[in-house]
Amino acid sequence: MRITQGTFSFLPDFSDDEIRAQIEYALGKGWACSVEFTDDPHPRNVYWNMWELPMFGLKDAAGVMMEVAACRKAHPNEYIKLNAFDSTRGVESMCMSFMINRPKEEPGFGLVRQECSGRVIRYTTHSYAPDRAPGKRY
Amino acid sequence: MNHPATVDLHAILRDANVQEVLDQLDRELIGLAPVKRRIREIAALLVVSRARKQMGLESVTPTLHMSFTGNPGTGKTTVALRMAEILHRLGYVRKGHLVAVTRDDLVGQYIGHTAPKTRDVLKRAMGGVLFIDEAYYLYRPENERDYGQEAIEILLQVMENQRDDLVVILAGYKDRMDTFFASNPGFKSRIAHHVDFPDYTGDELLQIAQKMIGEMNYEFDSAALTAVREYIDLRIRQPHFANARSIRNGLDRARMRQANRLFDTALNHNTQVTSQALTTITEADIRASRVFQGGEDPPVADDKRQT
Repeated sequence: MRITQGTFSFLPDFSDDEIRAQIEYALGKGWACSVEFTDDPHPRNVYWNMWELPMFGLKDAAGVMMEVAACRKAHPNEYIKLNAFDSTRGVESMCMSFMINRPKEEPGFGLVRQECSGRVIRYTTHSYAPDRAPGKRY
Repeated sequence: MNHPATVDLHAILRDANVQEVLDQLDRELIGLAPVKRRIREIAALLVVSRARKQMGLESVTPTLHMSFTGNPGTGKTTVALRMAEILHRLGYVRKGHLVAVTRDDLVGQYIGHTAPKTRDVLKRAMGGVLFIDEAYYLYRPENERDYGQEAIEILLQVMENQRDDLVVILAGYKDRMDTFFASNPGFKSRIAHHVDFPDYTGDELLQIAQKMIGEMNYEFDSAALTAVREYIDLRIRQPHFANARSIRNGLDRARMRQANRLFDTALNHNTQVTSQALTTITEADIRASRVFQGGEDPPVADDKRQT
């Protein structure tokens, strides 16, 4: 199951040139880009691992692409996303965040039903990937 | 392959507006004739190289890394700024900004600190020009565990692999740069253009002083001008002379003395000050300098090399 999340989630995966163009847009807006990766893509998992530090003060996308390439090399078969952070006082939040890498095979999610008191049933989505140990998920 | 039979060199020059930058360089920088000639040559090479690219005769980006050597205050940083603009206009760097750094910005203080620091600087400089002032401090042979070597290795790698993204200019004293290149052949072979900045002559420094003071909306009266000339001749022979930078510091002190003089007049209840008085630096303001008593002017915080 192809997982989508963040900005442009309805579009097909970006090529490198398209990613570069988006980074240029973000840098033009004065946003700081950062790269994050994870092997646990559950939508509720907001704590992805940081790849290096957020990059402030860049003028050109080449610097960010350098880190993107390095992260892809280290984690070729995991989810990687690119964030753009607006540090303007009063805003201070992510303005753009999109996936730039995904594993070859994505096992997806299952629906888990939990029987509760009375005839209540609680539902939750369960990601298959984290059932395996970290490092063996994808 | 579809390449034009002729290329309009003039059109390249016109589109890039290179002439404008070169003229600006001529106009704004006094003296430095050999440097201006070198920059013109480099610009010519780049224009022709771009024409050759359009004809399909050249596919690889030429190596553009440079080394600027010369004594302090000879205009290396200023020329580097112009160079960034020329490279930008000709399309060799995408953004054309200049990131000026020294050893402290590149080399860390403990193990594992250097690589992220150097990479951070490189990332900020991408799309523009990285200006490394006093580059020879990166290499400290007396301490084999010095982290400078790590920074050098990362720099060399990026200089080689990402030539499209970044141009590096190394700057510093001539003799120490020569030693640095001799012990780091990797750098020497990756640097295409060596530009040597000569010291200014007394006449050039006088012109520079007049230009600087004019830009700040001051002027010398005729006696002050003679005094400045004598000041320059004395200052040149003193230790720690940093060319245009020393002149600027001398002028800053003269401005302070002028302000003090006007202030004292105001305290004597002479409150009417003409704009003439506010803009004129007199002979006394210059002659009060310690340089005339055979002493040195005290170092100013901005004089980064006066140690």
